[in-house]
Amino acid sequence: MSGPSTYVPKSALGRWFESRLPIMGLVHSSFIVYPTPRNLNYWWTFGGILSFMLVAQIITGIVLAMHYTPHTSMAFQSVEHIMRDVNWGWFIRYAHANGASMFFVAVYIHMSRGLYYGSYKAPREVLWILGVIIFLLMMATAFMGYVLPWGQMSFWGAKVITNLFSAIPYVGDSITVWLWGGYNVDNPTLNRFFSLHYLLPFMIAGVVVLHVWALHVVGQNNPDGIDIKDVKRDSLPFTPYATIKDSFAIVCFLILFAWFLFYLPNALGHADNYIDANPLVTPAHIVPEWYFLPFYAILRAIPSKLGGVIAMFGSIAILAFLPWIDRSKVRSAKYRPAFRTLFWAFVVVCIGLGYLGSKPAEGGYVIASQLLTAAYFGFFVVLFFLSAFEKTKPVPATIADAVLAKGGAPAPAHS
Amino acid sequence: MLFIATGAAAAVGTGATIWPFISQMSPDAATIAAGAPVEVDLSAIQEGAIVTVKWRGNPIFIRHRTAKEIEAAQKDDSARLPDPEPDAKRVQRPQWLVVTGVCTHLGCVPLGTAGNRGSYDGWFCPCHGSVFDTSGRIRQGPAPKNLPVPKYSFASDTKLVIG
Repeated sequence: MSGPSTYVPKSALGRWFESRLPIMGLVHSSFIVYPTPRNLNYWWTFGGILSFMLVAQIITGIVLAMHYTPHTSMAFQSVEHIMRDVNWGWFIRYAHANGASMFFVAVYIHMSRGLYYGSYKAPREVLWILGVIIFLLMMATAFMGYVLPWGQMSFWGAKVITNLFSAIPYVGDSITVWLWGGYNVDNPTLNRFFSLHYLLPFMIAGVVVLHVWALHVVGQNNPDGIDIKDVKRDSLPFTPYATIKDSFAIVCFLILFAWFLFYLPNALGHADNYIDANPLVTPAHIVPEWYFLPFYAILRAIPSKLGGVIAMFGSIAILAFLPWIDRSKVRSAKYRPAFRTLFWAFVVVCIGLGYLGSKPAEGGYVIASQLLTAAYFGFFVVLFFLSAFEKTKPVPATIADAVLAKGGAPAPAHS
Repeated sequence: MLFIATGAAAAVGTGATIWPFISQMSPDAATIAAGAPVEVDLSAIQEGAIVTVKWRGNPIFIRHRTAKEIEAAQKDDSARLPDPEPDAKRVQRPQWLVVTGVCTHLGCVPLGTAGNRGSYDGWFCPCHGSVFDTSGRIRQGPAPKNLPVPKYSFASDTKLVIG
């Protein structure tokens, strides 16, 4: 669904170049005249926010790598060196550390948006699965990045997560030794995590290109979950409409980011990570970063090591199958009252799991984690059956009808 | 015939080229050398005490068990154990228990200080709540296996060699 590009460069040089590499035409058709559904709300600005955050993380990360030393005897010191000695080092490090949290805030909203409005449904299955892959790469990147400061949480987080692989029958222990490059998390582990932490963001960028490509082939979903039928009536050109709206949303998001960066730079971290890593002493409560807490709760809820690991990875993998679990023909929750209730219940379950993941694994917390883990997977089971026979509300015939029903003005003529 | 030969050569060549990139991840010669056996002087460890020494980057717990602890460990041989193993198979000399101090769940170091030893008076893992007894066997919680016994020997009555 690329836009009707009528792009002809104005200058002779531009025409000469365009006939050899039509990159300006690609930009023109993808980000200038590209038709966006005219009913998009502000939940549709998080793709732009995420792209911005990826670039911000890469830039701050490259700068940090210029001052950081990936060695167990110097990593912790070099982070303090960045904080105290490097010009603006505190700013760049806090931007990177809080940027990771902001990245996950944005991605969770982006994913919830996709879930609520049925953005995973045909023909957007590949688009959705690419998104799940990006999410997995983000988790791997964030995990390895958190190890680099080599504080107590870094070390023990690395130990717990790499030990997940030891749950694999027969070959598990050999795999963990191979991953560590030693008999424990140690200097070889730190070194390779640094290397991979530098690599993965560029792999994310690559998959993001595929994600955007897939999006521009099938077109954006929208709050009414109906396709663009008449480009003139149902859509608006990407520029200026989406460009300005996305820019405004990024600015608003940056206010939240700046609030954390300048006023609460350590609120989302853990005090234990300002203690140098010690392989002989485990902190009393090992807690991952907040964005991993729901999955951590699922891991701990299952009273079997292998079972817990399978449940945790399964809780992410199941998202990739959503296009086939949800069998309803109607996309948007706006016209699916039963699904809407189910969706909000799922959101509450995820937040509940996040809360439980931050609590010690004992007594009532374990039982509550088990109940909510069952509810997490129950969502997909219920959805599978509910979507086959749920009663949906009538869906408007066109996007223009949906907008005009609310008193919107007819679409302006396309330039 | 030519196709099979070419294909086979390509497969062997690809495998031989990939192997160094996989193998370089494994522990290097320096790491293996640093994992050589260590000697521990036992004469300074009083009865009832647990001493932690570091070997191959991991803590090794050396516990000088009291008569009561030995008795408790042996009595529980017949209890319901998630990973059944008699105490006699886990020690060379009953008063000395030597185990790797790495929880078999996800690798935390279980607590063994007085008051934090869990309901079986062994060790308690603070991460996910696994409880070990005075033989280092898993009794409660998510850990699937007993604390592993490393390879060790007694060079003399007061000298232990780990590794």
